[in-house]
Amino acid sequence: MANYSTSEFKGGLKVMLDGDPCSIVENEFVKPGKGQAFSRVKLRNLMTGRVWERTFKSGESLEGADVLELEMEYLYNDGEMWYFMKTDGSFEQYAVEKRALGDTEKWLKEQVAYTITLWDDKVINVNPPNFIELEVVETDPGLKGDTAQGGSKPATLSSGAVVRVPLFINQGEVLKIDTRSGEYVSRA
Amino acid sequence: MEAEWRPTAEITTLHARARLIAKLRAFFAERGVLEVETPVLGHGGSSDVHLASLACQATTPEGRETLWLQTSPEFHMKRLLAAGSGPIFQLARSFRDGEVGRRHNIEFTMLEWYRPGMAFAALIGECDALIRHLLPQDPGPLRQRRYRELFGEHLGIDPFTEPLADLQCLAGTQGALDMADSPRDDCLDLLMSLVIEPTLGRDGVDVVVDYPASQAALARRRRDPQDGEWVAARFEIYLAGLELANGYDELTDADEQRARFGADNAQRRALGRPEVDIDERLLAALAAGMPPACGVALGLDRLLQLALGKQSVAEVMAFATPRC
Repeated sequence: MANYSTSEFKGGLKVMLDGDPCSIVENEFVKPGKGQAFSRVKLRNLMTGRVWERTFKSGESLEGADVLELEMEYLYNDGEMWYFMKTDGSFEQYAVEKRALGDTEKWLKEQVAYTITLWDDKVINVNPPNFIELEVVETDPGLKGDTAQGGSKPATLSSGAVVRVPLFINQGEVLKIDTRSGEYVSRA
Repeated sequence: MEAEWRPTAEITTLHARARLIAKLRAFFAERGVLEVETPVLGHGGSSDVHLASLACQATTPEGRETLWLQTSPEFHMKRLLAAGSGPIFQLARSFRDGEVGRRHNIEFTMLEWYRPGMAFAALIGECDALIRHLLPQDPGPLRQRRYRELFGEHLGIDPFTEPLADLQCLAGTQGALDMADSPRDDCLDLLMSLVIEPTLGRDGVDVVVDYPASQAALARRRRDPQDGEWVAARFEIYLAGLELANGYDELTDADEQRARFGADNAQRRALGRPEVDIDERLLAALAAGMPPACGVALGLDRLLQLALGKQSVAEVMAFATPRC
């Protein structure tokens, strides 16, 4: 991979730091009066999601990270690994560990495309689409006529996620959910 | 690229910028300071180790020559002083390679002015008055802060005497980087930028004085009457965590100036940075006799950013570097 010097650091650039691939969030050029210039950099560690703040002397460089983001469809899991397939027609499959899956595990649905982050051809992160349609597999019976505002109740979805839904929702209905907030949006 | 043709400043901001610049010119006109225009190109460049100059090849009657884009109008303006111009100011386009960020742009406007015969403290007062003249709100009182005291207050160290190894360790910890091989001034610069600067100019205008003599640049050096340390006759003005202005009791000794240019270039060689052509005409002007003067350079775009309530210098420039 190429090396990038501080002047090339910008949001979204993928670099290696302390052995982990990171994505640059922000780079602030700081320079006192007539003194040495520095770059104050925020980087997201793509393995842990944690944000690091580091300072670099102007002109220092970091090795680029071979990080790719692409779409893959979820296929199935065998309890140990989760399997995804490229959507580019190659049918190439990738096995994903639970650690890389993280919170996305509760938003998995077959044949839905997820954004996969690959580092050196290994999956390190899986992001669900912003909105996903899932079936209610368990909830208290719906209250007829209660279509306006009012209370909410928990509902378990086919993916395993539990979300708050309006009282009128019934088992078997398909709902549109915002995966970023984990909130009910509407009936699908 | 679709929106890339657009200005980085709103048109209303450019109107406000023009109004403030008219106000600024009135301020100097009232005080009898002459507006001058000096070249952006020069045969000499700034030797300052931490400034990267841009150079270009020009065809002149001398043939093909390297001309340097000025990092500030200082050298030309000092030559005017030596020629008897009296007090002068300039709104000068200045260029510093590699400096791009929220507070920096490779090409920017430097407001620089010189006051022959004026005392150091009086120039600080004038600089403060100008800042107040352009700001829509009262920034609070002017406070003088000594470099040494600031380090004591924020970091519990004496920047003049702290052992180098301890300083490197402290700077490395504060910035989460390795400073083990860094010289003293680099460590101090890092601590100043990361720890002290963000706190300055809150509820008031802070003027920092008594810099270490090693950071004198083109200022005179003198012994501190209080503690006997060699300090630079230099001040920096901070407002809202932003460094706005850098002033000197100007060095007028040609031999000392030549020695400092030489020391800068030696340091450049040691660091593997390109050497800069020394401005022989400036040295000749100093040798001919430049009157004692104080001078100050103020980053106009930063002051306008604060006056207009913007978050970056790009928002007060028609086309900041990424879109130029």
